Amino acid sequence: MPLLNSSQRHRVGFSLNGHSVEGDAEPRVLLTDFLRHEIGATGTHVGCEHGVCGACTVTVDGMLTRACLTLAVQIEGCDVRTVEGLATAPDRLSILQAAFRRNHALQCGFCTAGILMSLDAFLREVPTPAEDQIRDLLSGHLCRCTGYTPIVRAALEAAAELASRQPAVQSHHV
Amino acid sequence: MQKSAATSYAKPSPEGPWVGRSIERVEDGALLTGRGRFIDDLGVDTGTLHAAILRSPHAHADVLSIDTVTARSVPGVFAILTGAEIKACTASLVVGVKAPVECWPIAVGRVRYVGEPVAVVVASDRYKAEDAVDLIDVRYAVRPAAVDPLSSIAPLAPLLHDGFPGNIASDRHFRYGDPEAAFAGAVHRVSIDIRYPRNSCTPIETYGVVAAYSPSDDAFDILANFQGPFSIHAVISRALKVPGNRLRLRTPPDSGGSFGVKQGVFPYIVLIAAAARMAGRPVKWIEDRLEHLSASTSATNRATTLSAAVDSNGQIRALDWDQIEDCGAHLRAPEPATLYRMHGNLTGAYDIRHLAVRNRVVVTNKTPTGLNRGFGGPQVYFALERLVQRIAVELGLDPLDVIRRNLVPSDAFPYRTASGALLDSGDYSAGIDLGAGEGGLDELKRRRDAARAQGRLYGIGYAAVVEPSVSNMGYITTVLTPAERRKAGPKNGAQATATVAIDPVGAVSVHVASVPQGQGHRTVISQVIADIFGIAPAEVRVNTEVDTAKDAWSIASGNYASRFAAAVAGTTKIAADRLAARLARTAASQLNIDVSDIVFRKGRVGSATNPDNSLSFSRVAALSHWSPGSLPDDVGQTIRETAFWTPPQLTPPDDEDHINSSLCHGFIFDFCGVEVDRITGAARIDRYVTMHDCGKILHPAMVEGQIRGGFGQGLGAALLEEFCYAPDGSFLSGTFADYLVPTATEIPEPIIVHMETLSPFTPLGAKGVGEGNCMSTPVCIANAVADALGEKDIELPLVPAKLAAFIHGEEIAAPASMRISPPPAAKSGERNLHGEGRERIDAAPAAVWAMLLDPNTLQTVIPGCHSVEKISDTHFRADVTIGIGPVKGPYRAEVKLSDLEPPHAVTLAGFAEGVLGFGSGQGRIILTPDRDGGTTLDYKYDAAIGGKVAGIGGRLLDGAARVVIAQFFASLARHAGGGNEPSGGLLSKLRNLVRRRQ
Repeated sequence: MPLLNSSQRHRVGFSLNGHSVEGDAEPRVLLTDFLRHEIGATGTHVGCEHGVCGACTVTVDGMLTRACLTLAVQIEGCDVRTVEGLATAPDRLSILQAAFRRNHALQCGFCTAGILMSLDAFLREVPTPAEDQIRDLLSGHLCRCTGYTPIVRAALEAAAELASRQPAVQSHHV
Repeated sequence: MQKSAATSYAKPSPEGPWVGRSIERVEDGALLTGRGRFIDDLGVDTGTLHAAILRSPHAHADVLSIDTVTARSVPGVFAILTGAEIKACTASLVVGVKAPVECWPIAVGRVRYVGEPVAVVVASDRYKAEDAVDLIDVRYAVRPAAVDPLSSIAPLAPLLHDGFPGNIASDRHFRYGDPEAAFAGAVHRVSIDIRYPRNSCTPIETYGVVAAYSPSDDAFDILANFQGPFSIHAVISRALKVPGNRLRLRTPPDSGGSFGVKQGVFPYIVLIAAAARMAGRPVKWIEDRLEHLSASTSATNRATTLSAAVDSNGQIRALDWDQIEDCGAHLRAPEPATLYRMHGNLTGAYDIRHLAVRNRVVVTNKTPTGLNRGFGGPQVYFALERLVQRIAVELGLDPLDVIRRNLVPSDAFPYRTASGALLDSGDYSAGIDLGAGEGGLDELKRRRDAARAQGRLYGIGYAAVVEPSVSNMGYITTVLTPAERRKAGPKNGAQATATVAIDPVGAVSVHVASVPQGQGHRTVISQVIADIFGIAPAEVRVNTEVDTAKDAWSIASGNYASRFAAAVAGTTKIAADRLAARLARTAASQLNIDVSDIVFRKGRVGSATNPDNSLSFSRVAALSHWSPGSLPDDVGQTIRETAFWTPPQLTPPDDEDHINSSLCHGFIFDFCGVEVDRITGAARIDRYVTMHDCGKILHPAMVEGQIRGGFGQGLGAALLEEFCYAPDGSFLSGTFADYLVPTATEIPEPIIVHMETLSPFTPLGAKGVGEGNCMSTPVCIANAVADALGEKDIELPLVPAKLAAFIHGEEIAAPASMRISPPPAAKSGERNLHGEGRERIDAAPAAVWAMLLDPNTLQTVIPGCHSVEKISDTHFRADVTIGIGPVKGPYRAEVKLSDLEPPHAVTLAGFAEGVLGFGSGQGRIILTPDRDGGTTLDYKYDAAIGGKVAGIGGRLLDGAARVVIAQFFASLARHAGGGNEPSGGLLSKLRNLVRRRQ
């Protein structure tokens, strides 16, 4: 890693949801602030800035990451995925997102981006999860609205649908 | 835990009305794809500056000086505002009781709670603003703090405000019926003492404000994720010294949860607006989590003594309430509303005609309180339903029999309670039968019996709760005496507004001033409109943002008191019905049929008897734009209709202090089975059943969403959540690792049962449902735990340590060989340290003594010390940097020596303060000569940590502080040429400490 000057802004180039983007950041700038206010990707939310609430969860090179505990300069050259990249087209929802809507698995929607990112990555690793596994994964996220059960149901439904090998693209309109 | 929820409402047919169906939400598409528009997602005007707030580390202190010179020199800093500047351009926030006190959004001369704003820095970005905050030098003179509500009103307690003698802001007695005679004639008197803790529903999105001021118009334009009530608009405009029409207050399209909490953003609206005015630029401020947990707002904590006069069969003849409400450091609007919101409902679901009440409102050195889901309900029902359980225990009756015996009779509705609430409708005993039947109470009792037969600790708890909704805006005036009310003029009602508009192509738009934070208002409104106009919900566009410069609104606007379904959705129906009546007359004239034959169906307006004779809805709807002359003469326009609705039942308090505090009253019957682990004390919810009657169900999935969400927060309050304060008022719960919010592994799925008894007082027959489980669940779980353990004094939250103490008695100290250091303070919430240690030094006591008094030596041996200044022979001042893991900060330390016995013993008293907090301590050092000409140095200390560091993971910091203290003496010993080998850096010591504790 190059030596960075704390008082200077550094160019950070990375891939965001498959598109090359770049922006400038001081070494101390958090990835959350960088994504939201420099890059303009505001779908990733900030709930606690100490890694507990999970609202800011993204993936960096495939690894689930708390963006609030990551510095922007750390993602130079990385593949970053956020909630904006989950659906295959602007007017569609992914199978997981559609299951959330059907099951009323969100209310205010503030924590939802992080939960979707965690579940999306988890269901790739564990295609046929048990409810306990889903709840265990979700314990890394705080939701104050739903009481979690509809989220668990949505995740199980999405897992079943993904496992049944339906075409990955859904016809739901946003 | 059973996974499936029993439901008793019928699914409507696809051909039936849209209201009552769980359609997908119109809100969700954007929220699921990262296109929500929360306040921090929205762009700001070019030139907008960013604010950061310096906050008090002390619960109670005089502000001696604020030095901002260094901070102002930070590049990018535009302005730094302290209490003096803010006071110069604003007026005090109005206080809800008649008393000579002021209430500012920032400390003016004195801080009264940890986290109270002391200065606002406005800079070109947030990072620079925070840099400057760290460079502001504030000198405080600490005062003793009043933290507990009972001790704050004791004689000689520290006083917060001269205008609140004895820290009492209000003390009122009420009497309804003849409680004295009822108590005198009763067979039994059953009493309970309750301490309801401090907690908050803590939304995941924090507060946000963007404010701009135009000097040419003398007007403010403010965007804030405020939630109402908009009565607060009047408070803000008065504080900013502009008429209401020069305060434009807007809300963003999306808000990340509130649960009442975002009402508490209003002092920050005043603060940031004043900063924008003084900086001459728009200013944005987004609160961080530590700020939110420590200093936004919270529910009130309350000490209650409740007594009942009871017949031998368990019938309650009278209640005697003594409530001491802790509103924190300032009585902010609308407080003391938490105490009076339930005033009409102090008899709960019960038919009790005699009532005595004493209500005291007290101030303490804690964060000011405000709206919070349940708002007064959790505090009242915890006392009332614990009392009902105690009546059963003390009289040897079944708790459910006591509940049933006292219920308001099914044929008594509408029922006027002793203190004045008009219970609109209900069938409480039928609700209990339904809940007990569908929730499997008999089977649960068998599970309990089987568990107990195996020696397990298993209990069943009940709660019967009346859930008020749609607040009377006048209930808060019950805190005033009738004479004071007469002088102030009447306050009552609950104006709701809705505007339905039709555009030139016949498309329907709706605006309501409801400011949702995730409740799906736009979806439900679209269902209500779709049924009236015979169109699909997807064809209706609904806007729920508020812009006070352009929209229809009133003081009751906003999202609180569960008023949406009952009041706002109902008012939308009224507005749409009016338009539909005029459209029907227009269509009747176009189709040449009688208006009574007109129906709106499937996008058409036409004859009910001759389906072929119809026009498209959009054609009829657009006519008023394109051809007003085609409308029947007296129809007027069909372009836009705004309805205002306030229920006539919401009258002001009368001269005998009767108050109909709310319009609607739902009914909840909860029961649960809880097992307490004999070893760990952990409470496990085996089954939770919650029966709701919220009147007409507009959207079943959303109703269940409200129930589950409220249940989750109620469960958090019961088992996990508490804002902890140290005895000196230090705040100890500043992170989500300290303030524990339940996760998916802690919240089981409740069994939800519904019944629908329509409200006769609301347009749709709906009642509120959002707050009920925050009222019923904490006490239901507490009753089950009380039943499991056979205990009376159950205090929330029911953490395992507390329950284990019931089972095992107080914890026995670990054997000495297992101790890493003297045992940490056992008392919950205390952040005090006690410790002792010994070092051997290769120097005689006289030499060591000289070193201890020498600034140069001290500078060398104090960890992280930059300089030591000798003020006198026994008084030193030092600048040190102490780092604990990643948390590193500068501190200014004062050390004074006393009780000097040269060269044998000395007492060191120190106080260190920095941006991260403060620590104080006192230690006795004893020097004993040893045989080899050296010295054995023994030390003992007591220390306390406060401020920001105490709120963010104090457990870690205790250990770190011990390490720093030990390091000082080890370093002293090394300096003299002796002591132990250094055992690595602070980090490795910390690591060892943590490892040993696991």
